[in-house]
Amino acid sequence: MSMFSIFNVSGSAISAQSQRLNVVASNLANADAVAGPDGQGYKSRQVVFETVPMGSDASSGVRVNAIKESNEPLRKVHNPSHPSADADGYVTQSNVNPVEEMVNMISASRSYQNNVEVMNTAKTLLLKTLQMGQ
Amino acid sequence: MFANMTNDLDFHAKALVLRADRQRVIASNIANADTPGYVGRDINFKDAMNSALDDGSHTMTPSAPSNGISNARHIPLQAQTASLGSSSSPLAYTTQTQPAMDGNSVDMDRERANFVDNSIRYEATLRFINGQSKTILSAIQGQ
Repeated sequence: MSMFSIFNVSGSAISAQSQRLNVVASNLANADAVAGPDGQGYKSRQVVFETVPMGSDASSGVRVNAIKESNEPLRKVHNPSHPSADADGYVTQSNVNPVEEMVNMISASRSYQNNVEVMNTAKTLLLKTLQMGQ
Repeated sequence: MFANMTNDLDFHAKALVLRADRQRVIASNIANADTPGYVGRDINFKDAMNSALDDGSHTMTPSAPSNGISNARHIPLQAQTASLGSSSSPLAYTTQTQPAMDGNSVDMDRERANFVDNSIRYEATLRFINGQSKTILSAIQGQ
């Protein structure tokens, strides 16, 4: 049945988008995390999506190919009284950009909603097809 | 006699299969709206329907003796629905309306509109089939 593969396609997209939301959540949670004196702070992470062929040419799903760490420099804040400050009085914080993460979160939740709606419509159509001829 | 009665049903059945195919393609586009480098696909319904009807009529008319048929009165072995596989629908690529940095050509507004449009047409085809089958049934019963 060709329409049943819509559930596979949209399901893969929903799972990929929820993984993206998860990564956004951990980025936002660690936005103010402070690194120890060694300077190894939290680096913000991003998911990389990839198309997966599903059965035929017409249907292609999504999966998370990799989770990459951002290469942006860690944020340094001058705060000599902080216990984790280095010799020059700087505290190293994560390189998470909260504004970017919020935008990412909204985009992920919109895509999630879109795919849920696709599944709902496909379900309605299949149910109506089941009642054909009655 | 019976073939004449179900000819119209056959037409709508083909349309329904193509609509389901297109629904699947649009669902893939929506699923891949955030995938870098993904190029949106779509089905040209008119062309697909034309080719489906052409293939169907070939099996209805006795063809010249060829591939496996040694006599014109032999019935071709080909199944009537063989041409309706998902592979037969000609898939095209959508064009970018607003080019994106990541090379993704899916326009979410357009895909949503296409999806709703296609599902309404799918339902319309379903209603045609239902109405037709009711007509045939009441003609058979003659009440």
